[in-house]
Amino acid sequence: MFLFLIVFAIPASTFAAESNDIVRVLTLQDYNTRVVLLGTLLLGVTSGIVGTFMLLRRQALIGDVVSHSALPGVAIAFLIGEAVSPGSGRSLHWLLTGAAATGLLSVVCVGIIRRYSVVKPDAAMATVLGVFFGFGAVLFKTVQELPTGNQAGLQQFILGSASTMIASDVAIIAKATAVVLVLSLLLFKELSILSFDEDFAAVQGWPVGMLDLGLTGLVVGITVIGLESVGILMVALLITPPTAARFWTDNFARMTLVAAAIGGASATVGCLLSAIVPKLAGGPTIVLSGTAFFALSMLFGTRRGIVQGWLRHAANRRRIGRDDLLRAMYEIIEARLVSANDQSVTENGLNISSSLSGSEATEEESALFAEQAVQISELFNHRSWSVRRVRQVIAAAEREGTVRIDSETGWRLTRSGAKIARRAVRNHRLWEMYLISHAEIAPSHVDRDADDIEHVLGAEVIEQLEQLLASRVPAAIVPPSPHPL
Amino acid sequence: MWTELDTWTALTAALAAMACTVPGTFLVLRRQSMLGDALSHTVLPGIVAAFLAAYWLGIVGPHSEGGSTMHFVLLGGAVAAGLLTACLTEAVQRFGRVENSAALGVIYTSLFALGLLMVRLYADDVHLDADCVLFGAVETVVLDTVGDSDVPTAAVLNGVVLILNLLLLAVCFKELRLTTFDPDLATSLGLNSTFVHYLLMAITSVTLVAAFQSVGAILVITVLVAPSVASFLLTERLHVMIALALLIAGGSAFAGHGLALWSPRAIFGNLGFTTVDDSSTAGMTAIVCGMVFVLAFLFSPRRGIIVQTVRQSLLGFRILCEDCLGILYRSEEANSRPTGTEEPFVKASVPATLRGRLACWRLSLQGFVAGTNGTWALTDSGREHAEHLIRSHRLWESYMARHFSLPDDHLHEAAHRVEHFLDVPMVDQLEQELDQPGLDPHGRLIPGRSVKEVTEANHSEGESDLHP
Repeated sequence: MFLFLIVFAIPASTFAAESNDIVRVLTLQDYNTRVVLLGTLLLGVTSGIVGTFMLLRRQALIGDVVSHSALPGVAIAFLIGEAVSPGSGRSLHWLLTGAAATGLLSVVCVGIIRRYSVVKPDAAMATVLGVFFGFGAVLFKTVQELPTGNQAGLQQFILGSASTMIASDVAIIAKATAVVLVLSLLLFKELSILSFDEDFAAVQGWPVGMLDLGLTGLVVGITVIGLESVGILMVALLITPPTAARFWTDNFARMTLVAAAIGGASATVGCLLSAIVPKLAGGPTIVLSGTAFFALSMLFGTRRGIVQGWLRHAANRRRIGRDDLLRAMYEIIEARLVSANDQSVTENGLNISSSLSGSEATEEESALFAEQAVQISELFNHRSWSVRRVRQVIAAAEREGTVRIDSETGWRLTRSGAKIARRAVRNHRLWEMYLISHAEIAPSHVDRDADDIEHVLGAEVIEQLEQLLASRVPAAIVPPSPHPL
Repeated sequence: MWTELDTWTALTAALAAMACTVPGTFLVLRRQSMLGDALSHTVLPGIVAAFLAAYWLGIVGPHSEGGSTMHFVLLGGAVAAGLLTACLTEAVQRFGRVENSAALGVIYTSLFALGLLMVRLYADDVHLDADCVLFGAVETVVLDTVGDSDVPTAAVLNGVVLILNLLLLAVCFKELRLTTFDPDLATSLGLNSTFVHYLLMAITSVTLVAAFQSVGAILVITVLVAPSVASFLLTERLHVMIALALLIAGGSAFAGHGLALWSPRAIFGNLGFTTVDDSSTAGMTAIVCGMVFVLAFLFSPRRGIIVQTVRQSLLGFRILCEDCLGILYRSEEANSRPTGTEEPFVKASVPATLRGRLACWRLSLQGFVAGTNGTWALTDSGREHAEHLIRSHRLWESYMARHFSLPDDHLHEAAHRVEHFLDVPMVDQLEQELDQPGLDPHGRLIPGRSVKEVTEANHSEGESDLHP
């Protein structure tokens, strides 16, 4: 992803403008910069919000369909305008109306195909897009051959030209985005329920069809408005900010806000960059800024970001390794004590001084366990660990203060380590006993299952297990293993 | 008006369209139809990057036209870009846990923007006419011919691609089909689904780029998908689907070119735009594809919505006719009972609506009922027919009453629905399984055997609760 950054960082330095120019742009002293920035900012924010709904409805690419399908509309509007009164066909309002009409028609077509045939949504979108675009091509060719049909005004709709935006354009954008913003905020609840669970919304009595059409109208509106300024890349503003926002939060309202913020930020960054470096065209620069934000979000997002995922995974792996090590040491020492004292493992488990109870017994027992050293070779026999993994977990446990070195090859539990080990063993065996008694799983099969789950058992679940098994496991006692170790 | 040149133009378009259809079919079935549109955008950065790299390495000159080296350089760049799109989309989808279409959207818009920027940034150093490199036009293919013959180079190029695609299809048909319909099964059988996926992506890229260069993007993004979608509606066999799609694609190209020649004068000329005397073949081909799709959508023998609607209303009418027979039979039955021995029978009459009258009229044509407006009576053949219906109905009620513990008032509705679909062997089987019951759970006679027979049978079983 950073390739993108690098690619346009190099030319940017090659064409670096005078530093006072940069200051001029960044402080918005140019009237032109202010106009363009305002326009694209509004577009970015609004499309971020609308795009969030579309992303959740799994129709992220609908903007693509609309932007291609707007072409025949533009040409038709132009032709009608010219036929009615020559020269009037190029009014921006009129062309945008035409674009919106065919854009809406295309989305309705997609909806009809999805509703009434077995064709999958993506195929429906691709077909409609292609056919409308082809129709647009035919009409454009025609327009080109008209005496008045110099394409200049229409070509803009394909590639867009943010830098030539003028105040009247921004006025149109402002009006349109205001309508879209107000509508999507007023209908926020309804549109959310539509996006998450259409059937539920229908069952609850919401007018799903109308809402769907309304949302489509919003998308078409924002896409068509954006087409004129950033061109066909408007699609990116509808998709990228919401997708990036998904990495930061699980909350829908917050996601919408983040998407709006990212949309606005990419518009600002892209706009300013293209103002500083004249060679960077506005539309593509805005899109690539959005991509940069997306890459950053994908890496560092606090909810689903890759780095955060790695960190959580690593922390889990460390904790599980620690628990496994301590449990293994406990079980080795336990076996040794049992055979040394010739004490059969009884109902009371290995409660050495049965006269004591509660925390005193725990203390006593921990002290007893902390006296014994465990050889690394014993650990290998106990569990199928690699040498590297054992070194890793022991080093981690030593740093944590749960084990300490005894000799060259031997390690001891510390008091606190013994307590943690005791808890881990107890949880493990409680779960094993639960599986045996309540799930009727053979004792020889429970070890693996318990191994997987012991690390994620919360205090609440342990309490429930204790209640369920209260008759067989007295409180605070480590029960004997239900199967040979 | 149609000259030899037109034949070559249409043939080139048809070959390109058919070449695209082969991978397109699989994209549609794998729910990756939007990939065609995405790739049509991402080849731009691929071509630009390949051209720049070749220029800096001194392989090609600063102008993007002509030369076979140039062709291969650009082709390579475009294919690389296609594969890069597929890989990046896959990566974003997997590592970011992003939905497929959103991932595709992010990647292709970014790459396209990158391509646009590169064109802008390096326009000074080199002459790269993106329009010329990227988007050929069908109308101009006849200008570039092979040697002295009339055969356009583009026709040869696309023909070769088509043949290669068909060969590959023939060789890998089994693998493609399996990985398309059940990738998990394919994996468990030892087929590398991922490899097949990327192979398909590579084929798609090559095919698209070859077609772009000769016939333009507009035609390509349509023919990649629309013919396959139309034939998807027409058949349920994969090989038939591919054959049909090829046919539709080829036919659309010829029809499209014909329309492009004919329509400007016919349509725009009459509208007063006399200067218009040419139209876009690519666009027209797309429109023809769209029309074929609409026809398939409406009239496909299995799935067309009009066909389905007609079929449903015919079925509804048949059911209505049968219901009318049932009503007449029941009222006859109620009238023939001695008064006083029977629970009140709710007298339903033939519905007086238009459909009801139509149904009776049709039944009278068939000779099942006779009578005048409003009052109808069963004929003998009608009674025979009605008896079968009532027999199905009451046997089904008995069957349900025995095997499902439903309250008596729940039986009628289900039987009412199912009576229209039980044939004679099924009814006989029901009767056998129920040991030939004489009466239904409501105590009414099941037609088919005489009243006397049933009465005797019930007597011998010692039941006294009789209905005459």
